[in-house]
Amino acid sequence: MKLVKSAALAAAIAFVSTAGASAESLKIAFIDPLSGPFGPSGQAGLNEWNYAAAQINAKGGVGGQEVEIIGLDNKVNPKESLVQLQKAIDQGVRFIAQGNGSSVASALIDAIEKHNKRNPGQEVLFINYAAVDPAFTNERCNFWHFRFDADADMKMEAVTDWVKGQDSIKKVYIIGQDYSFGKAVAAAAVKNLGEKRPDIEIVGNELHPLGKVKDFTPYIQKIISSGADAIITGNWGADMVLMIKAAIDSGYKGPILTYYGGSKGAATAMGAAAVGQVKAIVEHNTNLQLSDAQTAYVDGYEAAYPEDNYYYHRIHNAMNMLAMAADKAGSTEPKAIAFALEGMTYEGPTGTLTMREDNHQILQPLFMSTFSDNVTRGVEKLPLGWVSGDADRIEADATRTETTCKMERPS
Amino acid sequence: METIVFSLLNGVIYGLLLFMLSSGLTLIFSMMGVLNFAHASFYMLGAYFAYTISDASSFWLALVFAPILVGLVGAAVERWGLRTVHVNGHVAELLFTFGLAYLIDEVVKIIWGRNAVDYQIPELLDFPLFELFGAQYPAYRIFTLFVALAMLVALWFILNRTRAGLIIQAALSHPHMVGHLGHNVPRIFMTVFGVGCALAGLAGVIGGNYLVTDPAMAVQMGPIVFVVVVVGGLGSLMGAFLAAMLLGLLQTFAVAIDANFADMFGWLGLSPTSEVGRISIASLAPMIPFLMLVLILMVRPRGLLGDREL
Repeated sequence: MKLVKSAALAAAIAFVSTAGASAESLKIAFIDPLSGPFGPSGQAGLNEWNYAAAQINAKGGVGGQEVEIIGLDNKVNPKESLVQLQKAIDQGVRFIAQGNGSSVASALIDAIEKHNKRNPGQEVLFINYAAVDPAFTNERCNFWHFRFDADADMKMEAVTDWVKGQDSIKKVYIIGQDYSFGKAVAAAAVKNLGEKRPDIEIVGNELHPLGKVKDFTPYIQKIISSGADAIITGNWGADMVLMIKAAIDSGYKGPILTYYGGSKGAATAMGAAAVGQVKAIVEHNTNLQLSDAQTAYVDGYEAAYPEDNYYYHRIHNAMNMLAMAADKAGSTEPKAIAFALEGMTYEGPTGTLTMREDNHQILQPLFMSTFSDNVTRGVEKLPLGWVSGDADRIEADATRTETTCKMERPS
Repeated sequence: METIVFSLLNGVIYGLLLFMLSSGLTLIFSMMGVLNFAHASFYMLGAYFAYTISDASSFWLALVFAPILVGLVGAAVERWGLRTVHVNGHVAELLFTFGLAYLIDEVVKIIWGRNAVDYQIPELLDFPLFELFGAQYPAYRIFTLFVALAMLVALWFILNRTRAGLIIQAALSHPHMVGHLGHNVPRIFMTVFGVGCALAGLAGVIGGNYLVTDPAMAVQMGPIVFVVVVVGGLGSLMGAFLAAMLLGLLQTFAVAIDANFADMFGWLGLSPTSEVGRISIASLAPMIPFLMLVLILMVRPRGLLGDREL
């Protein structure tokens, strides 16, 4: 009986405290992997959200409200994510941030749309900072979803533009993770190469299971015996680290064109052997010539989280645009913020960013980065890092792709 | 041709690594009846110890001392943990090792962080040994092969040709009789548990830089090791060896084969564009261990060479 009483009391206190907190703080639920093979990727994301929140709070928060990040582990599992989403909504959270895994994003988009339809006045906004399946801003576009990362097609445009100028590349091997994102990358690669370099032969187009392969050597040996001059991959997390390690160990010499060569742990696995060989298409790297303010921001992050490197610049962008939207709307209601975000431009550290009104896709400058040993700022405590020259900058407008989105807006 | 050569090499090495891991588990399982859920965690500990030792001194010291350290940790766990839990029956022991696995996981995360550590191959072995069909074959892989073989021979010799092995084998099947003969059975158990863990630790030392040393390595390896033990048959080292090799070879061959269901079952009218026909053999590789587990439990529940039902 005593137990029941104290439990009830605890529940009451918990309820009162959350109710009290929600009156003054703006809560963002971060639903991403915080354990397992993709745990490091998710944890780094959470750290940057927390840092971005602390920075924006120091400047007065979002719409005058203090931002609070709630980290929820979904183990890159869509089903688990929906449980966490419900948990977040029950706590009164109105903003969801997620990025690792388009499979998860897909489930969240559907669930949030349903929730918003059924609960007018209680809408939830989805801030997608890394799930890049192009479908989300095309045939499956949704008013409540905003993407702050370039989608798989936009990144592939940049990658294939680089390949276009490399006459020595005659054979390309495409390898990726077996889910919607990996398939999107492969499809984009095949399409773009066919248009830009029809002479290139695609000697392999393979998908491997997500997060389950421990030794990529058999895949790499297959790639080498196919005679490929370049590898294109969208792999991230452990799949990136292990694949690149196997490639270096097996003496693969051609360029490896990645989306997420900056995945945590990859630099360590690559070591000096991969210098000049691995490239990544990103919205930011820490060796760009940027303003002092941005340098201080990066320094502050790396001092606060010494085991991390600044990587998800798009989180910084998302947080700042959220604050701008709240100011513009004069409200922190998700619906008002969503309308304010549409078409909004933001002068970010890397240039001007625009949130497209027609499909809620961000346009931002992209950089083709190369793994280098000539860096001012290394990653993972190594004298190695990512650099890009002037020619490697792709202007925001040049990344624009056609969209099939027919946005339905709430009245 | 190159596919076959590479797959054979990779398969044998992966199989031997699996065997190194599962031999300890089989020994412990058959002797004490404890399904040690934390076994893969000792594998992880081996890798982390080796990382720390080789960072401070050299890989070769790590190769010797990391397994010993892991063995000592294992022995301590048996002496002060399992033995006390033992009186409460197998379920308690099972839960104990289950909890231990989580505990080790968390401790590893606290000490070494949540990310992969830079546990590198020793410089002495960091060169391509030979080149086959354009792909280099790292010397370290062949070194792994020899370490595993040496361990295999040593284990076989101890169990079959020494007095200690004789007592262990006797204690496996008739612990009370061995006790009555004046042997200290709890100490034998402790030793076997320690040695079993040390073997897992050794697998960690050479597997940690062959694969990746991160806090997820135990969780990833755990289920596969159980498959090896069950498929091989409880209490049978030979069975575990066969199962490990079979698994290693099947998995690597599956990855290397460039075919899909339509290529194999096209004669049944399966089209390459259909949902089923598109599935490639390579994508099935991670499923193979569990498919094997299910099949073996259906067809031959005591495993390939086991002498006991589960």
